[in-house]
Amino acid sequence: MKKLLSMLTIGASLVALVPQTASADTLAVAVAANFSAPMQKIATGFEAATGHTLQIAVGSTGRFYAQIQNGAPFDVLLAADTTTPEKLVKEGLALAASRQTYAIGTLVLYSQNPSLVDNQGDVLKNGDFSKIALADPKLAPYGKAALQTLDALGLAKTLEPKFVYGESIGQTWQFVVTENAALGFVAGSQVASLDTEATGSHWVIPQHLYAPLRQDMVILNRAKDNQAAHALVKWLRGSEALGIIKSFGYGIDTATVDP
Amino acid sequence: MTLSQASLQAIGLTLELATISTVVLLVIAIPLAWWLAHTRSRLHAPVHALVTLPLVLPPSVLGFYLLIAMGPNGPLGQFTQAMGWGIFSFTFTGLVIGSVIFSLPFAVQPVHNAFEAMGRRPMEAAATLGASPLNAFFTVAIPQARSGILTAAILSFAHTVGEFGVVLMIGGNIPGQTRVISTQIYGYVEAMDYPQAHWLAASMLVFSFAVLLALAALRRQPARLL
Repeated sequence: MKKLLSMLTIGASLVALVPQTASADTLAVAVAANFSAPMQKIATGFEAATGHTLQIAVGSTGRFYAQIQNGAPFDVLLAADTTTPEKLVKEGLALAASRQTYAIGTLVLYSQNPSLVDNQGDVLKNGDFSKIALADPKLAPYGKAALQTLDALGLAKTLEPKFVYGESIGQTWQFVVTENAALGFVAGSQVASLDTEATGSHWVIPQHLYAPLRQDMVILNRAKDNQAAHALVKWLRGSEALGIIKSFGYGIDTATVDP
Repeated sequence: MTLSQASLQAIGLTLELATISTVVLLVIAIPLAWWLAHTRSRLHAPVHALVTLPLVLPPSVLGFYLLIAMGPNGPLGQFTQAMGWGIFSFTFTGLVIGSVIFSLPFAVQPVHNAFEAMGRRPMEAAATLGASPLNAFFTVAIPQARSGILTAAILSFAHTVGEFGVVLMIGGNIPGQTRVISTQIYGYVEAMDYPQAHWLAASMLVFSFAVLLALAALRRQPARLL
């Protein structure tokens, strides 16, 4: 009798577990390198609130694209651009309706040297440095924006011999922080994630010098019926996430914010 | 569609890097292998471990530490600046340094094995015939170890051609200076230019297979090839 009772309790608790496991999902999320730090923070809140688990892969958008095309098991992509999610939608690999801007990046000229970068960008005109780092314009949106900025200032040609290219904005940051390059064009989110804002010097590039760095997210086909994926996309447009995104120096596309 | 101008430039630079690195590696590896094969010093084990280390470490570790070491605040960077040479990161010289460290085990081990297989006898015989140690080294030891030295040269060259992680970390991907075949392929793939990536990647595949084929032939018939 006792045995039967304990078996019944186990059975009952198993039944009780079933609906819970069905609603708590594990999501594979591909995140652009520049959004890594804010995403970690957002994930903590999302997981606590929903019970879902996020598996975050950080990398370059171009590589994610190649991987997704070849069947990589990602549920949601947070890209560094708008063209990659658009392409995935066109190719039938992602949900058109889920595509929206989650952040607008800011470009910053940064140096570890506290007196090198002034708040007008005159350091670029003086050219008194040996190497300037930027992300490869062919690979990274921030690199493209850096080149647009230098073009707008009429300095791209003169400074080109001093360019060193990071394969991503993450590597560009590494070059600048280790001072192998005296200064470099990095993401505002990277400067914002520094522990001490006192070190180094930076210039936030005026928005009119480069095309807006809109970063879009999209739900991938395999997760089209996955409620957790839809919940994450909604969460990223919610007030808690938006607060975190803004705190890292990103702009917000106010037109698409959920009420 | 064939190889682009940029790809050809990357191929030329890679061959230059591999050739220079191989020469430097042999100059370092032959005396080092000789010392390792004959020393009774207590330093033998730590030096052997140190030489083998690049075989085990991921290139990202090696590249990251090289980047820090070569930087203005790193020990190597401080030294090169004091000598008036500037900083070696993002330069061709920096890539040669990185390649030499990265490929060192591939150069040392075959020569080391060859010297060990040879034993002390030939050198002792040369000494009794009145040859100075240096003379005996060049006229007896080197010719006896030539198969090992050739293997070391081929492996060093091929390994440098195939190097990616270290170059990516310390190179800065500058066309004509630090953009080699492997980083060029990576760039094409990331930029979704798959046709160009295929051309270059396929050339690399054929080259690597040819090298390994040559090496296998060399191992089977050392007498005829040398």
